Amino acid sequence: MAIEIEKPSSVRLSKVAISKTHGEDSPYFAGWKAYDENPYDEIHNQSGVIQMGLAENQVSFDLLEKYLEEHHEVSSWGKGAPGFRENALFQDYHGLKSFRQAMANFMEQIRGGKAKFDPDRIVLTAGATAANELLTFILADPGDALLVPTPYYPGFDRDLRWRTGVKIVPIHCNSSNNFQITPEALEAAYQSAESMDLKVRGILITNPSNPLGSTIQSSVLNDILDFAAHKNIHLVSDEIYSGSTFSPSEFVSIAEILRNRNYKDAERVHIVYSLSKDLGLPGFRVGTIYSYNDDVVTTARRMSSFTLISSQTQHLLACMLSNHEFTQNYIKTNRERLNKRYDMIIQGLKKAGIECLKGNAGLFCWMNLSPLLNEPTRQGELELWNIILNQVKLNISPGSSCHCSEPGWFRVCFANMSEQTLRVALQRIHKFMEQRKVCSVNQ
Amino acid sequence: MEFTRKNRQLLSRIATNDRHGENSPYFDGWKAYDSNPFHPIHNPDGVIQMGLAENPLCFDLIEKWIRENPDASICTAEGLDKFKDIAIYQDYHGLREFREAVAKFMGRVGGNRVTFDPNRIVMSGGATGANETAIFCLADPGDAFLVPSPYYAGFARDLRWRTGVEIVPVHCKSSNNFRITRAALEEAYEKAQRSNINIKGVIITNPSNPLGTVLDKETLRSLVSFVTDKKIHLVSDEIYAATVFSSPRFISVAEVMQDMDCNRDLIHIVYSLSKDMGFPGFRVGIVYSFNDDVTNCARKMSSFGLVSSQTQFLLASMLSDDEFVGNFLRESSKRLAKRHHVFTKGLEEVGISTIKSNAGLFFWMDMRPLLKEQTTKAETELWRVIINKVKLNVSPGSSFLCSEPGWFRICFANMDDKTVEVALDRIREFVLQGKEENNHEADKSQARAQRWRKQNLRLSFSSSRLYDESLMSPHMISPHSPIPHSPLVRART
Repeated sequence: MAIEIEKPSSVRLSKVAISKTHGEDSPYFAGWKAYDENPYDEIHNQSGVIQMGLAENQVSFDLLEKYLEEHHEVSSWGKGAPGFRENALFQDYHGLKSFRQAMANFMEQIRGGKAKFDPDRIVLTAGATAANELLTFILADPGDALLVPTPYYPGFDRDLRWRTGVKIVPIHCNSSNNFQITPEALEAAYQSAESMDLKVRGILITNPSNPLGSTIQSSVLNDILDFAAHKNIHLVSDEIYSGSTFSPSEFVSIAEILRNRNYKDAERVHIVYSLSKDLGLPGFRVGTIYSYNDDVVTTARRMSSFTLISSQTQHLLACMLSNHEFTQNYIKTNRERLNKRYDMIIQGLKKAGIECLKGNAGLFCWMNLSPLLNEPTRQGELELWNIILNQVKLNISPGSSCHCSEPGWFRVCFANMSEQTLRVALQRIHKFMEQRKVCSVNQ
Repeated sequence: MEFTRKNRQLLSRIATNDRHGENSPYFDGWKAYDSNPFHPIHNPDGVIQMGLAENPLCFDLIEKWIRENPDASICTAEGLDKFKDIAIYQDYHGLREFREAVAKFMGRVGGNRVTFDPNRIVMSGGATGANETAIFCLADPGDAFLVPSPYYAGFARDLRWRTGVEIVPVHCKSSNNFRITRAALEEAYEKAQRSNINIKGVIITNPSNPLGTVLDKETLRSLVSFVTDKKIHLVSDEIYAATVFSSPRFISVAEVMQDMDCNRDLIHIVYSLSKDMGFPGFRVGIVYSFNDDVTNCARKMSSFGLVSSQTQFLLASMLSDDEFVGNFLRESSKRLAKRHHVFTKGLEEVGISTIKSNAGLFFWMDMRPLLKEQTTKAETELWRVIINKVKLNVSPGSSFLCSEPGWFRICFANMDDKTVEVALDRIREFVLQGKEENNHEADKSQARAQRWRKQNLRLSFSSSRLYDESLMSPHMISPHSPIPHSPLVRART
């Protein structure tokens, strides 16, 4: 973890290096520290902290492993390593054609064929982290602003702002309408930016939403796109959880919206995708930008030189994702398992007297603990969070780190652990809630 | 698209400026190669690619190691049990085994005179990403770095494009073999100060691209003391360290620091496996800083360009194999030396001199005697002749910001032995023809003028393919792509 050391005689580093915009001082990461120091283990450390702050998908690894068992020769250069040399030399920023083709197909399958993707519009980056930053460099100048609906992924503070010098102006959403984005909220955010003398260059939405765990409705997507067109700004749709919707019919991609509008206003739309969540491969650093704007594609491709995907990994995934039978089965099975996990955690929380936002996607649920707050403030939320972290020993993410305007909401991840561990976590929550009931009765 | 002009206004300044560098003539040669690539059987009259600094000479050794170590891959039966843990590992510290293996490798490459600390190994998206990250950490938009010329053409993009930082070249001269002198550094620094340019540091490449030479201890010490005096940073790009094939040996700035009074917080190294091991596709860039704050900052920034954990795992295994590494480094030197020797002899035979080099994957060739006049324009004319008539894609000195016209970088490692012979034959023929022409100058001056005029036409080809402007646009070509038709790239089927 970073500790800033004061060195009076050292030569000053850049403003970017000195700033705190990397965001690591947020409570979001402090929880991880607690986990690192005392991690739960089913056998060796049953009283440790359970990590529920990490949106990872570990429920479908067996499917990947099975594929590799049956196809390892193809995916790992095979016996005699044919193709190794060609692969190791391949640093073309266009990316392996077979891989782009496979990604395009995969993205189409996830959307049930309701959208088509042209492999030549796919730009590869080392993870969605890089993709979001890269798009920001292309769409906005330092000092400009992007509008982002709250609550949002804490990492955006770094990815969109740190090295780019671009600002985030929140589009405030609240529980009164299940945190949906409204035209009024969009306009209010835009006005807010104007009043601060900030030039708005685009809107960035995450669909399905992190941390809400829900998809954005068709009508809302149309409203957002109309708004972007009206203001002549860009629309970035981060769809990295698109393969993690529990039911295929419930996710509508901006690509589909465009198709239905005959691609009117398409040149301002850009989609970010990644395999970190849907395939559970965050270590492989596979991100993509899909843009309907030729200049953006060309520029993004050039810029991807700073963040290409290892050709070894492109090769492996090109093989895997070209296998239609595998991908069909994976998408379907992954959805079912996530759905099952989701049901499990919702039921468990309900039994403990806790309500969550109705979700239909993602690797987490958006839990409402506002009834438990000492005071309905950020401070109150952080106090409660501290208790949950240090007494209940669960690392969950406080809504304030996601810039939620209403205190008391928490993001709880459920896919990065075994079912058994999830049960233990739910037991602890249940016990905690029981204890609080007893306490309040006795007061 | 009619949208285009309106579109471009919708994009950022970074997106619409030219600092990506692809409109440089440096890439015209690639376009010529791409539309007419040499193949020993299918296209023996095509353009030979000599503009790509790749090192494929020892792939057989690596392939053998991979065959013998199936557990280094997480996809094989032997390695599959590691798949899950590696696939979810996205910690920006990087796999401990990977960092240890890279640190050890860097140490060996430096002759084991320095021990590198695995905790200072920070990943980045290739050396491209590493150089950019270093600049982001050390300088603000509008600041500048001193860079001795001639220097790698890609620096224009890597150091400047998204960072907004400027390059101030420190011109080195052939009169002293392009050595970097303290006087030249001081002069460049003072001049910048007078123009209100804020110099934040110096970037050196050691061994040098394009010269193929190593920096001696004295020069390194001089650089370290210069930056210490001025309180500015020194970034040492050492990505060709293991391509040294004869003496004098490679000396890392890390070694020189050990017995010097200097400010360690100012010294940073960029490393990569793209040249030394020939793995440009794997995107293994390293930022190694002696400054804790820079290490921490660069590590956070590495989130934007981490090395794939699958690749980290493979390389951790490979580079920990001491016997393999020792054998690889020895063989690589031997093969580079041999290739270098064949070329040196070939060029000597026709009286072309090169800077005496003992490293790198290229020669710095002196073509000044062949220039009509000592100007960049004449150099460009000569270059077009070499591409169109001699059919070799070489890189003109001007694209490396060389202050003296007439120098060319020519890569020698990225081809097989047969192609080397063909390339040398063509050079021989061209030079001898040139000499012949000089002898008949008086008589044939008019005919020659005609020939020059023809040769000055843009990119004419002997093949029947028409020059299609839209095909040749920079949009299609990556500056670093080994074009699919290269004889080096094995067919997929």
